[in-house]
Amino acid sequence: MAKLIVSPSPHFQNKTTTQVLMNDVLIALAPATLVSLLFYGWNALLLLLVCVATCVGCEYLIEKYLRGREIPCISATVVTGVLLALNLPPAAPWWVAFVGGLAAIGIAKMCFGGLGQNIFNPAIFGRVFLLVSFPVAMTNWVAPHSWLPIDAFSGATPLAQIQEGLHANPPIPVSQIIAENGLSGWQAFFGLAGGSAGEASALALIIGFVYLLVRRVIKPYIPVAILGTVAVLTTIFSLADPTKFTGPVFNLLSGGLLLGAIFMATDYVTSPMTNIGMIIYGVLIGLLTVLIRYFGSYPEGVSFAILIANATVPLLNKYCKPKRFAA
Amino acid sequence: MKYRTFRIGGVHPAEHKLAKDAAIEQFPIPAKVAISMAQHLGAPATPVVEKGDKVKVGQVIGTPTGFVSGFVHSSVSGTVTAVEPRADLAGNMVLHVCIDVEGDEYADGIATSDRVERDIKGSPEELLEKIKKAGVVGMGGATFPTHIKLAPPKDKKAEYLIINAAECEPYVTADDRLMREHSHEIVLGARVMARVLGVEMVVIAVEENKPEAFDALCEATLRYVGIDVVKMKKKYPQGGEKQLIDAITRRRVPSGGLPIETGCVVQNVATAYAVYQAVQKDRPLVERVMTVTGECLPVQKNYLVRIGTPISAILDSVGGLPMESAKVISGGPMMGKAVSNLEATTQKGSSCLLVLTPEQTARTPETVCIRCGRCTQACPMGLEPWLMNRLGRIGDYAALEENKIYDCIECGCCQSTCPAHIPLLDIVRTSKAEVMKIIRSRAKK
Repeated sequence: MAKLIVSPSPHFQNKTTTQVLMNDVLIALAPATLVSLLFYGWNALLLLLVCVATCVGCEYLIEKYLRGREIPCISATVVTGVLLALNLPPAAPWWVAFVGGLAAIGIAKMCFGGLGQNIFNPAIFGRVFLLVSFPVAMTNWVAPHSWLPIDAFSGATPLAQIQEGLHANPPIPVSQIIAENGLSGWQAFFGLAGGSAGEASALALIIGFVYLLVRRVIKPYIPVAILGTVAVLTTIFSLADPTKFTGPVFNLLSGGLLLGAIFMATDYVTSPMTNIGMIIYGVLIGLLTVLIRYFGSYPEGVSFAILIANATVPLLNKYCKPKRFAA
Repeated sequence: MKYRTFRIGGVHPAEHKLAKDAAIEQFPIPAKVAISMAQHLGAPATPVVEKGDKVKVGQVIGTPTGFVSGFVHSSVSGTVTAVEPRADLAGNMVLHVCIDVEGDEYADGIATSDRVERDIKGSPEELLEKIKKAGVVGMGGATFPTHIKLAPPKDKKAEYLIINAAECEPYVTADDRLMREHSHEIVLGARVMARVLGVEMVVIAVEENKPEAFDALCEATLRYVGIDVVKMKKKYPQGGEKQLIDAITRRRVPSGGLPIETGCVVQNVATAYAVYQAVQKDRPLVERVMTVTGECLPVQKNYLVRIGTPISAILDSVGGLPMESAKVISGGPMMGKAVSNLEATTQKGSSCLLVLTPEQTARTPETVCIRCGRCTQACPMGLEPWLMNRLGRIGDYAALEENKIYDCIECGCCQSTCPAHIPLLDIVRTSKAEVMKIIRSRAKK
């Protein structure tokens, strides 16, 4: 007779494994990745390959030779690599991607104990590491491909142009900067604004967001809280002083806000567990982003905002308990 | 129309109600039965027969030992061959009365006709005594003696009687079939219990995936007032007592409290049927409907099985245990118990016999927690399984108590949703036992 297994309930396991979830994130990233390759060509592809290869290689070597095991979930590592590539300026040299990958996996992920243990989002950490280490290479913006039959603009990112104008002597009003440079939020929506590889098209990012929601990989709370906070704050500021502060549509669609809100802030490991925790976390990121964009010395603030909010997650998990059934 | 359901957590496992179209069949009386003295929650019954005694169907063979205990009856007629400890379904060694079957002779006074007796005669006290004497226990699986639940403390007043017809476990269809085929008896059983409790409001709560049962019950309740049939959303663990009370009344059983504190008494549909048999037919609890199912079995059955029938006899009737079977489960896949001994016999709480293949049930190695939060979202008690797993592994029982581990109902939602396949409930269960021990030892001081 066959030997019977005797083990406690429940008697079946979830078919949706960590690997399946991370593959879903990769699928959700596909539209934004394809758009970036289409717009920025070979160098974007090179950066993508270097990022992914560095992340996987780095994690493999550390897991294998320092811990004696395999990579627990390779898709999670690939996600980090892809996200890092999407956060680089498309014209960056390949070694920037290499150093970024080492920092993301080697420092932010593996130093804390690998998958599931890191405090900071590895891809964001990699980007910020590069930004403060190689500021010139990391702000070398190029225009999307000139062969595109559309009127793309070149040079600095919209956010950088705004900041430059405001810091000029005498400061130029926001509306004038926008008019002179032909900026509008809707440009970014379809992929016509300069910026990091993954920021090319808001539409592609939103398609990924919808996919993640439909597949129930993430809950909407964090992205909605971030975007809602940014929308509300920028509306208030821009109404108070339209010469100094950009408006909500421009802010929502430009820079890395959508990429950060949809793909980086929702990273399981570095975001809170409960709904209320997620909302507080999202509001905090939105608030910090707006403050850095308006008052900081960097034109872009999403990365810093997410890193700072990452550090609050253990506290949020401690104090934002789920609603208990029995009071 | 928006169907009712409980408000926190819950999961939607695939239904696998393979046996839902199989009408209830009488399972042939086996040649030998072994009837456990510990088929109810509480102290095992004391056997009152000896080797060599002749017994009839429905004759008392065990009497209650203490307050929380119950009567046990012979399910067959024949000769007692032994009164000895044997391994039961859960693998515990308990006293069984073993009987060699001869004929099928009923004890005096038991009605064997199928005629539906509608007149409920007798005072609440008399009815309660009949239920107690018939050995009726909660047949959803917990097997708490029914007569105790129907006699709440004097200072607590029952307002609602909720008949639990959720049957939210995958695979199990015994209650579904019973409702479709014996709706009138169930409604009468519910009315008996309502009279015992003195409640005005009876709610029969059915999940939306059993439309035929819902219709049958609606039809059977047409002639009565104060008895409602309510459709609920399909969600596990809706049949949990606390979740069901929340779904129907929006009241919450406090931590460590009893359902009666919310003015509710919950009884399973199969229990209602047993109460009908006990009171209207003077027929003690000697048989029950049991689903025999699994993708690897050639047929799916709902059997009316005499209590004490060996598992092996039931499996033989469906072609024996298939080669590819890996686990035999008494109950559903979420909360049922894996059977270690096929010579063990059925009990009052055995609602299902489920056979699973290695692909369906084998555990894969756990990977690391990525803090996705699915366990927390799924927990119907609003607990944090990921945290309890961490604290449990390092033995931090003080922190576990702070995080209300004692509220865990062991439904398995957390473990079944975990993408990392972490045995969350294993850890929580063992840690909870430790915490309960600490709480009890503190209470003694």
